[in-house]
Amino acid sequence: MTDTPMTNTVDTDDKTRRDFLLLSTLAVGAVGSGLAAWPFIDVMNPAADTLALSTTEVDLEPIEEGMSITVVWRGRPVFIRYRTAAEIKEAGAVSMDDLIDPEADKDRVQKPQWLIMVGICTHLGCIPLGQKSNDPKGEYGGWFCPCHGSHYDTSGRIRKGPAPKNLVVPTYRFLTDTTIRIG
Amino acid sequence: MSNRFYENPVIKWIEYRLPIFHFIDESVGSGYPTPKNLNYWWNFGSLAGIVLTIMIATGIVLAMNYTPHVDYAFESVERIMRDVNYGWLMRYIHMNGGSMFFIVVYIHMFRGLYYGSFKEPRELLWIIGVFIILTMMATAFMGYVLPWGQQSFWAATVITNLFSAIPLIGESIVTWLWGGFTVGNPTLNRFYAFHYLLPFVLFGLVFVHLWALHVHKSNNPVGVDIKGPQDTIPFHPYYTMKDLYGLGVFLIFFMFFVFFAPNFFGEPDNYIKANPLVTPTHIVPEWYFLPSYAILRAVPDMWIISAKLGGVIGMFGSTLILLLLPWLDRSPVRSARFRPIYKQFFWVFVVDCLILGWVGANTPDAVFHGVPFLWIGRVATVYYFAHFLVIIPLISILEKPKPLPDSISAAVTEGGGATEAAE
Repeated sequence: MTDTPMTNTVDTDDKTRRDFLLLSTLAVGAVGSGLAAWPFIDVMNPAADTLALSTTEVDLEPIEEGMSITVVWRGRPVFIRYRTAAEIKEAGAVSMDDLIDPEADKDRVQKPQWLIMVGICTHLGCIPLGQKSNDPKGEYGGWFCPCHGSHYDTSGRIRKGPAPKNLVVPTYRFLTDTTIRIG
Repeated sequence: MSNRFYENPVIKWIEYRLPIFHFIDESVGSGYPTPKNLNYWWNFGSLAGIVLTIMIATGIVLAMNYTPHVDYAFESVERIMRDVNYGWLMRYIHMNGGSMFFIVVYIHMFRGLYYGSFKEPRELLWIIGVFIILTMMATAFMGYVLPWGQQSFWAATVITNLFSAIPLIGESIVTWLWGGFTVGNPTLNRFYAFHYLLPFVLFGLVFVHLWALHVHKSNNPVGVDIKGPQDTIPFHPYYTMKDLYGLGVFLIFFMFFVFFAPNFFGEPDNYIKANPLVTPTHIVPEWYFLPSYAILRAVPDMWIISAKLGGVIGMFGSTLILLLLPWLDRSPVRSARFRPIYKQFFWVFVVDCLILGWVGANTPDAVFHGVPFLWIGRVATVYYFAHFLVIIPLISILEKPKPLPDSISAAVTEGGGATEAAE
């Protein structure tokens, strides 16, 4: 620079201007690259037709007390159990201190006799056993996951084993007394 | 290559424009000087390359007949087995080839550990190798999902669910991986696309691996540097012949499984079509993931890290820790031949890896002579990490190595006179 005929003032002005141009070009480039990358990431998220299958209606009329059914919602099994009075009492009597993921039974149901939850073990996604009358139900009389040995109680709460969370209660609402819409 | 070869006018014309013949000659020909004392443990690198080629060749043929859709995938594989000409052979080679690939590469890695091939100046060569094994694992896992049997589906479910252990964004990542709310058709489609892509990524990584190899040349059983022409012989014809001989022996082993026990490495459950509503009672990964699987299940709740997250960190950590190995081992001596203490702990480590594999094949609540597998797995997991983080650094400082030979030639020639003779 010293041997160029430029004066100092011009040099400083020029430098500031170049810095500005450089930084603004970099900023535009970075934002542009980010915007261009997003479609390539989002293209792998669930598509519109997959999302459209997101509600399922179930008629509860044919289910008798003490019976469980499994319905499919968003490709996942949903456990619906018509609980007996004994099961409801057992689930309500548990102290919060005994729970791995503390949650009261009344917060997990809309009507105490109907326990509705996603039938996927919160550990690594296997389907717990306990829906059929001859299935093993685990040490707490609810469900038992055979993959890595998680035990769930009559409210679907994790009591023993590697799963960190209770079985998930999906969003649902009663359309009539005996019909629900999940999702 | 002989000079006569380069006098051929066609060769000359090409060579002037693209010196590809020189490149090949210097890579795997007479122009690549190789230590003259390589033993059979050095065959496994070239074997791995050949298995990759076999996998790509059979894979392309399978892709021509496979349908990546949840309703047709299982049936299209059965069609390959029954109706496509030699489809059964292509599939059995590809299926067992996956296992062979891991056998060969695991031996190749333990070779590197024993003879210190990861040490200066080959650290990057080793690190590229770690990326190769990681890519292989991803490729093998996605390939296993494609036949859409029960083990395929549930392996995909369990392994993708591992990512839900990541705090805050875990669930969104899993949905993103699936392209839905469970493992389903979008998942199968993208796994197929990646399973086709990744072998070519592997090919690229292998190219860089070889590039790095050729800068400082192969390590060797005595682990001392090449000091002059007396220490080397040309790769071709000496090691091309030795590699071909090894290939023959290896193919006998490989083809024994293909023809006489094609389902030896597989799980019978995978011949049942995937059912998203029924989990098989016993989920096991393929044998080459069993040690990782044992580590995954061994980690308990610790401090604020849940067992699930801890298990995932442990599982990925068990491979990623290899990246640090060149700096954890501070001993300047490469070969275990001259490291009496390291040599013993190397074999203890091999046994530890085998124990982890054995634990991974059993359910965690199973018991072996009164000892639960869970605890065997925990001890073996702690030992695995201690080997890298405690034992190797300590040995490399405390051990007194045996005296090193003056040169490769001195070590392998009677009386050590060859050095002088060559000069």
